[in-house]
Amino acid sequence: MSVTFMVFSIVFWLCAAAIMVLSFYSTSFSIFVIPFFLGVLFLLYISVWKYWRWIRGFDKLQRAIIRKNIWSWRFLPAIWEAFREGLLHWRITKKNLLLGYMHRSLAFGWFLLIVVGAVQAKLAYPHGHPFWMAIFYNYFEPESNPLAFPKAGFYADLMDGLLIYVLSGLFLAMFKKVWSRPLGMKRTTRHTIMDRVTKMALWAIFPLRLLSETATSGIYGNGGFLVRGLGNVIYDIGMADPTFEYSCWMLYSIALGTFFCLMPFSRYMHIFTEVFLIYFRQLGVKDSDKKTGYTMFELSACSRCGICIDGCPMNRELGIVNMQGVYMLQSVRNLELQRNAEPIAENCLMCDRCVADCPVGINLSIVRRQVRIKNKAEIDKKGSYSYLNNVQPFNSIGRIIYFGGCMSHLTPGITTAMEKIFNAVGQKYWYMDKEESICCGRPLLQQGFESQAFDLRRKNTEMIVGSKATMLVTSCPICYQSFKKEYKLSIPVMHHTEYIEMLIKSGKLKLRKDDRRVTYHDPCELGRGCGIYNQPRNVLSATTTLLRTKDEREHSLCCGFNLGNPLLDLEQQTKIRDAARDNLMAPHPDTIATACPMCKKAFQHADTVPVKDIAEIVAANIIS
Amino acid sequence: MKSISIIGAGPAGIEAASILAKQGVDVTIFEKSSSPMKNVADKAYLFPNFAAANDIVEAMNKKLMLPGITQQNDTDIVGLTREGQRGWKLTDSQGNSYYTDMVLLATGYTPFDAHRKEELGYSIYGGVVTSIEMERMIRYNQVANTMMEKPRRVVFLQCVGSRDEKSGNHYCSKVCCVTAVKQAIEIKKQLPDTETFIFYMDLRMWGQHFEEMYRMSQQEYGVRYVRGRISEASGTFDGRVQIKAEDTLMGMPLKMTTDLLVLMVGMEASAGTRCLAQAAGICGEYGFAQSIDPHLKDCQTTQEGLFVCGTCKRPMSINDAVNDARAAALAIIDEIK
Repeated sequence: MSVTFMVFSIVFWLCAAAIMVLSFYSTSFSIFVIPFFLGVLFLLYISVWKYWRWIRGFDKLQRAIIRKNIWSWRFLPAIWEAFREGLLHWRITKKNLLLGYMHRSLAFGWFLLIVVGAVQAKLAYPHGHPFWMAIFYNYFEPESNPLAFPKAGFYADLMDGLLIYVLSGLFLAMFKKVWSRPLGMKRTTRHTIMDRVTKMALWAIFPLRLLSETATSGIYGNGGFLVRGLGNVIYDIGMADPTFEYSCWMLYSIALGTFFCLMPFSRYMHIFTEVFLIYFRQLGVKDSDKKTGYTMFELSACSRCGICIDGCPMNRELGIVNMQGVYMLQSVRNLELQRNAEPIAENCLMCDRCVADCPVGINLSIVRRQVRIKNKAEIDKKGSYSYLNNVQPFNSIGRIIYFGGCMSHLTPGITTAMEKIFNAVGQKYWYMDKEESICCGRPLLQQGFESQAFDLRRKNTEMIVGSKATMLVTSCPICYQSFKKEYKLSIPVMHHTEYIEMLIKSGKLKLRKDDRRVTYHDPCELGRGCGIYNQPRNVLSATTTLLRTKDEREHSLCCGFNLGNPLLDLEQQTKIRDAARDNLMAPHPDTIATACPMCKKAFQHADTVPVKDIAEIVAANIIS
Repeated sequence: MKSISIIGAGPAGIEAASILAKQGVDVTIFEKSSSPMKNVADKAYLFPNFAAANDIVEAMNKKLMLPGITQQNDTDIVGLTREGQRGWKLTDSQGNSYYTDMVLLATGYTPFDAHRKEELGYSIYGGVVTSIEMERMIRYNQVANTMMEKPRRVVFLQCVGSRDEKSGNHYCSKVCCVTAVKQAIEIKKQLPDTETFIFYMDLRMWGQHFEEMYRMSQQEYGVRYVRGRISEASGTFDGRVQIKAEDTLMGMPLKMTTDLLVLMVGMEASAGTRCLAQAAGICGEYGFAQSIDPHLKDCQTTQEGLFVCGTCKRPMSINDAVNDARAAALAIIDEIK
């Protein structure tokens, strides 16, 4: 690798030196361009190297997907998404208008400054110009005729307008540093020194640009409405001086150069990386269980905005703010901090709330799981799974499989209700884990026990395939997500809420409507995990009066008794649960409904109205 | 003469009332249900001497007949506030108010709601009953499985809803250990062929004769003991209950099918205790009422003229509750003089 890197470096810098020497003979050159120029080259050098290395780090499956889809039309939605998220910051805007404005003005505003600057330069120098002309246009402009092209005044005004737009965003960013609440953020990220220095360089760029253009305008009277006005002031107070002007442009260039040099090592690397990530994601690339090149893109695409912190139940209820997505990625990314990666990765409920909130769409839970898998790699893999061999499939031709799940064994109300429903519609079924139950493997996998989970998956797959059943229905969202995503089954997999909804729609199951007023708790694994939001609500609406709660669907609160976090004690779990309970109890329901045995058990032990699974509510209201 | 109101006509409330009445104090005793001694009424025999519960109930009812005691049944006191010179104001659920100088809280306990331990299958499988229901079966000689036949096997599970972090009750309910021993012996007396198992964490034979009962249950009646918790129960096709547990002495998981699974439910503060302790500002741990000091001032509270006795403070056996009531009556008489 190091030989490749040296060859790459030599070739790159030879080319760079050649370009530099050639450029210096250009007519529009001044010494102050050099810091900027070097910055751009350095940024290019590091970025090309990093991206090339990461792309080489993709695993076989990911490469195959890229090869398969690279010539498809998928780049079109990728471009649209990159524009919408990279420049307009649509997801952030949906969270908070002001926060969206801040990000948009900095990103889209700066982008337009460069684009319009380039257009301006192109119009002024139709016969070619060096690329920095777009950045330093006002300095070089006086050499040509200011009114060399029609509507030059309009472009100058436009550029000034854009600069104001960017500066307004900068002002908001500074304001957010002091008081972030109005921008919809209770807590912001604690940044590393590198990130802070880079931010200072970034923040210096735009005021310095204004100052430089003002200084030039003070002497030559060029620029748009803002710069001209300020230039007059400079002129009036007698500061219109070429030395002053030159120093300003030099500082501006140094700020740009510093920013570009630091960028690949700071959070601002997300600016370009996000575009790549969006592209790969649109091509269909997914995370694997191990850290790959794709993970590297995710790590760098994190802008460290800290939006993941506010929603996290660990922060909201327990005040723990060192393990959220942003810090977890930081610990993985930063070699120095890697010794902290283990406790940080373990201390998480895996409720996917941050995944739903992340404006970049990074799958934080999977990255976290990769760290856990790495941590557990040392643990003995010869687990005692000898009992698996005693279990045999049941010939289920013409039947469906019902898989209750380990947790449903602790909530027999759910499994008996499901059996009642199967009998009511005359569906023959094989209750696969009634006697000898084998775990689906996901709880192990979520803890990082990859090979152990694989053993269980293999045995379950054998049983399911061997039974020749036509469908699998499960009552546990954890098993559901596992069967759906981690198994490669050829038969359809349904959660019982989906199944019941299907029965109701097809008219097989007739329900009466009772007078219960119900709030529904979205289980993390079913909602955010598998996107099942509407089916349970449709079923509940068909048989009860469903009330809305404040935090629901993607924003639903974790019940705290999730299997994701092995470090929390009961008291902490209880605090998280109580917050979720209060949210459910706010509309004064008669019953709390949920669709997960784990959530049901969690709320059962809280002080509430009765807690029922959807299956139980349905089973009680069947018209036979 | 100062007036006293006692809330709750259980063993503790009645005992205190009778002592106060004998001292010539006017006592009003409020009971939310239609008759006193509700929790004891369905019991068969009481440990440690297998006294018939009926005798105790009758004796207690007789005490209520003393002159000077006014009974107010069907009166659910929900409000308790101190109103300066007028003393305590009691409000019932109908909205009636009663003024009194002193109040003795004897609002007692309620059995743990076994529905909260869903994994044990209470009210899902017919064969799963609580210790309260088992006591009733023994009393009326109706110990039977779901098919109304003589059970071949009965399994008791200790510590349901007490010493249990998940249900939020960390404390020991004190009476369940010996109650299971007593019920197992009674079942053996009625049905000698029935196997009885008791699953326990550790057996707390704290009272007089308890240890002897425990020995007797093994040697004379063949009650069998398994150290371990039952993790889950499921129904079988013939209406029996299959349990999964771990025998922690053998270090082995075990499965067992039984006709009846008896859940030894613990004691929780009753709704009245919770509500009134809260209202009067003497709420202690787990919703129970709190006295000033467990050694020296166990019947007094931080509120002037408010006394507590019996299981509204903590889990107690009946004889302990009655003794505690006598102490409370004495404390009240001291206060009056």
